[in-house]
Amino acid sequence: MSVSSSVDDPPGKSTAAAEIGRALLDAAVAPLRTILTYFGDHAILLGEAMAGVARKPFRLRLYLDQMQFVGVGSLPIICLVGFFSGAVSAQQAISALRIFNQERFVGATVGLSLAQELAPVFTALMITARAGSGMATELGSMRITEQIDALTTFAVDPIQYLVTPRIVATILMMPIMTMVFNIVGLFGAYLFSIYLEHIDLGQFIEQFTYWTDPKDYIIGATKAAVFGVTLSVAACFQGFNVRGGAKEVGLATTRAVVAGSVSVLVSDYFLIDIFHILWPYQS
Amino acid sequence: MNTTPVDPEQTPAVLPGRTDDPSRRDQRWQIRVRNLHKTFGPQHVLRGIDLDIERGRTNIIIGGSGQGKSVLMKHLMGLLKPDEGQIWVDGEDVVLFDKRQMALLRRKFGMVFQYAALFDSMNIVENIAFPLIERYKLSRDEIMERVRDLLRRLDLADSAGIEQKFPPQLSGGQRKRVGLARALIDRPEILLYDEPTTGLDPVATKNVDDMIRRTADEFGVTSVVISHDMASTFRIGDRISMLAGGKIIVSGTPAEVLASREPPLREFIETSGLVPREDHA
Repeated sequence: MSVSSSVDDPPGKSTAAAEIGRALLDAAVAPLRTILTYFGDHAILLGEAMAGVARKPFRLRLYLDQMQFVGVGSLPIICLVGFFSGAVSAQQAISALRIFNQERFVGATVGLSLAQELAPVFTALMITARAGSGMATELGSMRITEQIDALTTFAVDPIQYLVTPRIVATILMMPIMTMVFNIVGLFGAYLFSIYLEHIDLGQFIEQFTYWTDPKDYIIGATKAAVFGVTLSVAACFQGFNVRGGAKEVGLATTRAVVAGSVSVLVSDYFLIDIFHILWPYQS
Repeated sequence: MNTTPVDPEQTPAVLPGRTDDPSRRDQRWQIRVRNLHKTFGPQHVLRGIDLDIERGRTNIIIGGSGQGKSVLMKHLMGLLKPDEGQIWVDGEDVVLFDKRQMALLRRKFGMVFQYAALFDSMNIVENIAFPLIERYKLSRDEIMERVRDLLRRLDLADSAGIEQKFPPQLSGGQRKRVGLARALIDRPEILLYDEPTTGLDPVATKNVDDMIRRTADEFGVTSVVISHDMASTFRIGDRISMLAGGKIIVSGTPAEVLASREPPLREFIETSGLVPREDHA
């Protein structure tokens, strides 16, 4: 668009129009700029962290510590949530299937929903709540007490030292924890279906093995790894960039949990679409 | 480099020598800063700093809160890049250094943070040994020997079981000394202290002053101390510079600084109670 002005125009008119135009344009693009900056900053952090994987020095101990924190440390909560999620899924599935007298399909229904959806998503939400918040708080506290500056004074790259092990450990542990969730969830569904609802054991197992494929578990594990990226980057970004004091650390932790959970649920929608294109359902 | 002739009428009583070449390696001056500018958003924090840091001496930089003392210190160590100006360390313009050169330069420096900045996840031995573990491949015995030697020299060896304690289990004074031990473990040439006596009672303040003095004498390091504690400054300083309005307005020996008539400095000194307040009316 071009703005024409003639010598007859009052002197301030075109300038004022241009100012208004600029202000309107700024207001229009501001949300887009904010979104792009947000994703750009996260992408830069992820890129720098991944570059640190291949660069010396390799600090295996830091990776193992974080795997212990993200994985082993989360086992009790994953088992607890997994068990009851499986049992509740079985309860709901039986209620619905009973309408059609098809309770025997409960093993298949629970198995499929756990493998592709419930296990990766619930595991990611649990890891976000437990490990993601822990990462944001720890990094935020290190920032405000100048521990991150201290690392820099020793010529240690703080992203490689602090962020890389956390992201890598989360990516590696998420599929494993998802498989644990699957196993414990199925166990919960099995106990509820067989002992409380008296579903036939043979039918439960037969329908489960017939309808579920390794493909379902590969999809679940891949989704879990992607969730591992989004939740750990959100947590590390919030913690690493804290400015201020204890209040800001608290806010950063809240933002990390919210951003991590939302990123899991939003990316879940797109991932399942992608997998359905790549691997269509077969009857 | 700032080579503008200086109007003697406008020149403060004492300022870094401007006539010599700061890029030449000098026996007396280890760090030389010229015309350093730094802006954060709308804030022009440093507005042309000229500063010389004397080798092997205790150099104090004083100034009020928010004057840019910590920003200046971060520039000295290469943690921040200036918008304009030069910093020479042993005759090398470190502003031009790349990442690798900067990493090597930082080995010359040790930094003692305001609240020690010890790593919470590590015990005291791991904290002190951190620079050695990161930089060299030394045996555990060699590392322990150097750590214990430092603990002894900084009067920390007597504290029961201190080696295996974690930072939150230490007192404020012990934490400062462990922070100093960590800064000293790789035998730096230059030690930077960021407001080391902030938040300490008078006795603890004197102990930290003694520690800074003793460290300078015993380890032969160049000390740069950021402070707004005037009593400490005159107790330990060999050379004092005052930062105000984004510039070094006075720099010299304690006697020279005490004799300066610069209004911000006079106010600082008189408010601290070191000398009786003059009637300016």
